[in-house]
Amino acid sequence: MKIKAENLYKIFDGKGQKEIEMLKSGKSKDDILEKTGATVGINNASFEVEEGEIFVIMGLSGSGKSTLLRTLNRLVEPTAGSVEIDNTNIMDLNKDQLREFRKEKFGMVFQNFALFPYRTVLENAEFGLEIQGMDKDKRREKAMTALKQVGLEGYEDQKPDQLSGGMQQRVGLARALAVDTDILLMDEPFSALDPLIKKDMQDKLLDLYEHIDKTIIFITHDLDEALKLGDRIAIMKDGEIVQVGNHEEILTNAENDYVAEFVQDVNRSRVLTAEDIMDKPEAVLYQQDGLRTALHKMRHNELGSIFVLGKNRRYRGIVTIEDVVESLNKDKENLTEIIKEVPIAQPEESVNDLFSKIADINTPLPVLDENKKLKGIIVKTHVVANLAAENV
Amino acid sequence: MVIIINSIIELFTTKIPLGNWVENLVNFLINNFSGPLNTFSSLIESIVGGVEVVLAFPHPLVLIAIFAAAAWKLKGKRLAVFVALGLGLVLNIEMWDPLVITLASIITSVLVALVIGIPVGIIKAHNKWVDLITRPILDFMQTIPPFVYLIPALMFFGLGNVSGVIATVVFAIAPPIRLTYLGIKQVDEELEEAGHAFGANWWQILFKIELPGAMPSIMMGINQCIMLSLSMVVIAAMIGAGGLGKPVLRSLNVVDIGLGFEAGLGVVIIAMVLDRMFGRDS
Repeated sequence: MKIKAENLYKIFDGKGQKEIEMLKSGKSKDDILEKTGATVGINNASFEVEEGEIFVIMGLSGSGKSTLLRTLNRLVEPTAGSVEIDNTNIMDLNKDQLREFRKEKFGMVFQNFALFPYRTVLENAEFGLEIQGMDKDKRREKAMTALKQVGLEGYEDQKPDQLSGGMQQRVGLARALAVDTDILLMDEPFSALDPLIKKDMQDKLLDLYEHIDKTIIFITHDLDEALKLGDRIAIMKDGEIVQVGNHEEILTNAENDYVAEFVQDVNRSRVLTAEDIMDKPEAVLYQQDGLRTALHKMRHNELGSIFVLGKNRRYRGIVTIEDVVESLNKDKENLTEIIKEVPIAQPEESVNDLFSKIADINTPLPVLDENKKLKGIIVKTHVVANLAAENV
Repeated sequence: MVIIINSIIELFTTKIPLGNWVENLVNFLINNFSGPLNTFSSLIESIVGGVEVVLAFPHPLVLIAIFAAAAWKLKGKRLAVFVALGLGLVLNIEMWDPLVITLASIITSVLVALVIGIPVGIIKAHNKWVDLITRPILDFMQTIPPFVYLIPALMFFGLGNVSGVIATVVFAIAPPIRLTYLGIKQVDEELEEAGHAFGANWWQILFKIELPGAMPSIMMGINQCIMLSLSMVVIAAMIGAGGLGKPVLRSLNVVDIGLGFEAGLGVVIIAMVLDRMFGRDS
């Protein structure tokens, strides 16, 4: 067993033992807050994590999931209970031993990235190694490898604030990967990102996970994310773990009303919409681009058709490769003549509706927002796959 | 009953001998700590003297060139021109020697203020008790008129540059303490948490996270410290400190408008030069 947490309690602003007794005698979190002014952060949490597993802790905000994560490396000192990691009870470690243990065992990724603004991307990625006292050349090399892993080659001399949110979190991830520890603690790492970037990052993480030998504890408030990433999922409420299980158990065997409501709630809202299944367009054309540019972009990205944007990146239509080639053969230069109309989708349209739209056409479907800006594209196979998944 | 009322009235009408207490304390310190005080005094004296020797060693034009080059490196061509012209003017109006003395005392005062102030600011940011205790002391030091501590400074360190430096340090030390404290307090807690998560110890957190994060604020504190030191030039001259303050005082005594203006202009120029060189980029 990689991680074994037993009967963990965390009481904020209280005596500790007294509140734990109250919890044991069945008093609720609210009762205790009212009577003693103390806040229950974690209430008798026990769980085990296997080596190499992605273990997701899920709950609404205030459910204690971030606190629970931080008890694992004692960034939050538990009031009672024990945490065993590789058969070492970390509650027995003194300050120095704990620091050494953190260097050796944990990498951590934070919700708001926690990057050092005055350090470059490379220096940020090096941070953990620097703390370990590794010499400069060696840590530079390892940090570069980590940056490569997350796809940030070429950005190493930039400062974090020059990067987008998704890229910043890649730096955070690289910093945690560079230290080469066997446990990765991830505290809602993707919650602050846009939906599309979030999806990207989840894929990136799963991709990395295939190639690295790590146990990951992942915190989220998003059931979709939990189901996508987690081998097993723990659901928390009011500081308590109300259920631990794999996807199947969580979705079909809710152990109490809270979980049932959670899952059902999410399922109900899980009528997938265009926004959920859309992709980023790999390339777009601009109205003023010529036919040759069109051909080049399509060839380069292996596309059969490409969307055209006008002024202010407003959506104009689509051109297909056949039309482009034909026009070129007739020695024409102008792109606008061959722009075609295709059905369009709104971000909130359901997959069912999309199906009827996309069934008869051979091009992707553009998703436009209220300002006619291109938010994403939908490919037929995606609609069908998701439709099939929903009807299982 | 009457006795009690009488004694209460007496209590309120008797003056508390606050002045006497302070006087006694100062006398006590002078009588019992003359050894350490003398050592401290000669240390300051030698720093001021050393800096002065270094500054006076090259030809003034060489020093001006060095300053201009430093300004160029720090902030660019325009400031370099300004520095060269400004200091050249000081040389021309024959205020160069007092300027060097002033510069030596300022550098010493600022060094002492920073060597004490920045660590105090760091401790203040980490220790609730130090924070509580230093708060009223800093308020006191920032608001009490400097003339009040000229006399004890004189008694401790005698007439001359050392008293001037000490009075200047008392006057100018609050901003580096306060702004170091503030800078560290403003460092994002998540950054410190990241440090702990990767196993950083206290010193690593301080030097790799807190101080770099607090740097803009600390730089502002240093700038403020320099400016306040310069504003003490004339007051320090009253207790025998040399430099540009001296001709200003003399001009006041003999009503020499021209001399006063020239020396005053020297102070303004060196203040602007130092402020632009070590101030924040705008």
